[in-house]
Amino acid sequence: MPEAGQKKVSIRIDGELVQLPASHTILQAAAMAGRFIPTLCHFDGLADAGACRLCVVEVSGVARLLPACTTPVQEGMSVVTDSPKLAAYRRMILELLLAERNHVCAVCVSNGHCELQNLAAQLGVASVRYPYRYPKLPVDLSHPRFVLDQNRCILCSRCVRVCASVEGAHVWNVMSRGIHSMVVADLNDPWGDASSCTGCGKCVNACPTGALSEKGQAVEEMMKNTAQLVTIAMRKAVRA
Amino acid sequence: MSRIKLATIWLDGCSGCHMSLLDIDEAILAVAEKADIVYGPLVDAQAFPEGVDVTLVEGAVSSREDLNNVRMVRARSRIVVALGDCAVTGNVPAMRNSIPAAKLLHRIYVEGSQTNARVPNQGVPPLLPQARPVHDFIKVDYHLPGCPPKPALILGLLTELLNGRAATLPVVKFG
Repeated sequence: MPEAGQKKVSIRIDGELVQLPASHTILQAAAMAGRFIPTLCHFDGLADAGACRLCVVEVSGVARLLPACTTPVQEGMSVVTDSPKLAAYRRMILELLLAERNHVCAVCVSNGHCELQNLAAQLGVASVRYPYRYPKLPVDLSHPRFVLDQNRCILCSRCVRVCASVEGAHVWNVMSRGIHSMVVADLNDPWGDASSCTGCGKCVNACPTGALSEKGQAVEEMMKNTAQLVTIAMRKAVRA
Repeated sequence: MSRIKLATIWLDGCSGCHMSLLDIDEAILAVAEKADIVYGPLVDAQAFPEGVDVTLVEGAVSSREDLNNVRMVRARSRIVVALGDCAVTGNVPAMRNSIPAAKLLHRIYVEGSQTNARVPNQGVPPLLPQARPVHDFIKVDYHLPGCPPKPALILGLLTELLNGRAATLPVVKFG
């Protein structure tokens, strides 16, 4: 959180006046106003990446939608956080995520505790209108304690950011571009061979889906300790 | 008011959705008061009749037979419900989809077999290249996800449809 005395700006969130420091984002302003904006790639205490686009909002005077997580507030800004148009786009984004890889909830370690699955239900996604791609993707079991299942990855990059900025190891990165993008350890090594990995498990707990999990977890058993990791990340962010 | 004609059909699924339908327990009596179950694995009817009001479809479309069936279901039903994750998303049956069907059958029935190693082709319908959700092939009126969908959700949907009302589905999770 920025220091007291920093220059404040006034903006409207769904018509409600909010005053907050100029360094804040629309997402933070919405939280102050008690508005829910769905997110997948945002993680409290980590720098935002604008990867998932679920948090798009309408800003008056701007023709396109803007991601709330990476858009700083400006004096006089007027933001709409929910509308039929936004709801339609957010559903579309979730459907594209579900169609892109193999999210087979019924046999997933994270079934019942998955942010993607929960948001799909919450935002009313009961079917996917886009053709499923059913890609053939690897599962990396080389690490002694953890599993990386590319089938469930949504490329939110929370693992990349928590490893780099909180653990300081920067094991993860996103390789290639577009549909070929893939989270990789070190220089695209098997995770078990990644010498930079400390085995701390922060990536696993930051992961919103079943892409990263602990070994030995069966269907529905993988519960992420998000709250503890947020506490650590927030403290680290304050010091930084 | 004439009685509702209700049908169910079982494509590529585990029958868990039909089990979940039976799990509405004594409420099935209320359903039976409103509707005749005219086709499906729960009754003896040999042919899918014309003029069905509501058909619940369990399972993904995985074989030539599934595809013929689902097209017939659409032609003969007023309302089609995709019941459960296999019908809605492809789910577990679709986990074969990145493997060519011929390679898959060879791996299981030839490489994986100790005796009589051959791919069965008598009396079984040929597989489609992929198992896909029902709405990839026909218009679906309602999607009810879940593996299986909870009995209360099935009952809620059926109650609305059997009373001739448009149903609004509550928040429903995949899986």
